[in-house]
Amino acid sequence: MKPSRPLIEAIGLSISFGPQHARNRVVDDVSFRIGKGEAYGLIGESGCGKSTILRALSGLNGEYEGALTLNDRELPKKRDKEFFRRAQMVFQDPFGSLHPRKIVEKVLSEPLKIHGFDRHSERIAETLDAVGLGPSFRYRYPHELSGGQRQRVAIARALIIEPDILLLDEPTSALDVSVQAEILNLLKRLRIERNLTYLMVSHDLAVIAHICERAGMMHRGRIIEELTAGQIRKSEAREDYTREFLQASVEAVARDAEVVA
Amino acid sequence: MTDKAIASPAAPAATSHSGLGQWLRAPVPASPFHARMQQLWLQWRRLHANGSALFGLCVIVILLLAALFAPLLATHDIFEQNLAARLLAPSAEHWLGTDELGRDVYSRLLFGARITLYIALLTTVIVAPIGLIVGTTAGYLGGWVDTVLMRIVDVFLAFPNLILALAFVAALGPGIENAIIAISLASWPPIARLARAETLTIRKSDYIAAVRLQGASSLRIIFGHIMPMCIPSVVVRVTLNMAAIILTAAGLGFLGLGAQPPSPEWGTMLSSGREFVMTSWWIAAIPGTAILLTSLAFNLLGDGLRDILDPRHG
Repeated sequence: MKPSRPLIEAIGLSISFGPQHARNRVVDDVSFRIGKGEAYGLIGESGCGKSTILRALSGLNGEYEGALTLNDRELPKKRDKEFFRRAQMVFQDPFGSLHPRKIVEKVLSEPLKIHGFDRHSERIAETLDAVGLGPSFRYRYPHELSGGQRQRVAIARALIIEPDILLLDEPTSALDVSVQAEILNLLKRLRIERNLTYLMVSHDLAVIAHICERAGMMHRGRIIEELTAGQIRKSEAREDYTREFLQASVEAVARDAEVVA
Repeated sequence: MTDKAIASPAAPAATSHSGLGQWLRAPVPASPFHARMQQLWLQWRRLHANGSALFGLCVIVILLLAALFAPLLATHDIFEQNLAARLLAPSAEHWLGTDELGRDVYSRLLFGARITLYIALLTTVIVAPIGLIVGTTAGYLGGWVDTVLMRIVDVFLAFPNLILALAFVAALGPGIENAIIAISLASWPPIARLARAETLTIRKSDYIAAVRLQGASSLRIIFGHIMPMCIPSVVVRVTLNMAAIILTAAGLGFLGLGAQPPSPEWGTMLSSGREFVMTSWWIAAIPGTAILLTSLAFNLLGDGLRDILDPRHG
């Protein structure tokens, strides 16, 4: 299951916010490895630092200590264009992550222009098709779309430059339950079709268990233990905190397991 | 239905009137141009429902037409003096009376609209891009760029508009062109402030984070993503500002520092009519009313545009 060399590795990652005299350490000495083609989850309650890790890895926040590596090479604090082509992010809130004044086609052609891709029109049509939106959505403004449709556009925007890593920041938590399942199944299908590597952040165990093979349980800025999807479903945990967390959402996981099966 | 709309080009549908209506209301836009036109159509519908904004727009359109066709509409030569016919009350011969040199007030008012609109539009064309670029750059880049640019803005904001314009005109010399430069110098800072404030809220949003993560340069983000979001509020602000620009221009004219006497600028006309305000009210009242109406019209339109262009209304 574990490949020999990880694609992404975090070594002793620490992130602090606030002024010098009152530093608040949000992420404390976190290390994890994600193999190529793997889906790794970070679970934890709100404020435990999981999204902060994702923002640091994506390059939105360059102020961290420790190292993040891609293909065994340490990433510079200020990411280069090549990194952005390989790793793309999907945000939590589909209502905030699309430019309100740009039609879908413009949203999708922007990354193509930045990275100098050819065949814009064909690529846009193909990617829209891949995320389950027909050509009729091509010239729509975001405010004409539903939450699920917007999230599909956001996923299309991330995928159009053919990255191999997708960073998912609670991609379904802002959607209602029926749409959540659709988006999760879409993400699952896309990963297999395109051989993508996922790093997914969520507080929802059912979502993590559905998408990821392994997950790190986070508490107060640390990864306290790593679990496989099977362990999450069977509620097998070493730490008391994890067991409590699993217990609290066990019904949801059970329900999801039925849906998947 | 969808596929048909995509396959056939958009243009032929726009031939007949009902075809145009259908084209504008089509559920699935077939091209970027089509989508843009549908948005404009919706905005026009909203403007149509807003009575006061529509009134403002009508007044401005009438003013534009009057300025455009001034030579056709004027009944007299605006420079020709006729001392035998000075200070005549409004009549069939002189619709709005004559001034102290016997010139027709109505004809001068028409040509004055040209000067007023010229000043207002030219100032706006200069001011809006400068304010927008300074404000968005300061807001997005932050740090020392922000500090330097905003301190410059503070210096300009520390003086009242008219006083600053007066100082510049005094330095540059009187005349319309110098008045435009002076008014521009005095009125870009509030727009920069506004654009910066908008930018500060926009730069934190997820859609800006998303383009950053696509590897876009700061230049591309500022011009391609932040500015389109700031433009509506800047357009509103500029429209509301037009009233102030017109008043400042009239004020400069009144003080003898704007347009020079023979030219029929409204402020200058008002100033020359001041001496006769007790005996011949129309000389001062008519350009005064014109200034009032124009300012009011721009204000009403600006208010209406605020409701229409706000992106939060979708």
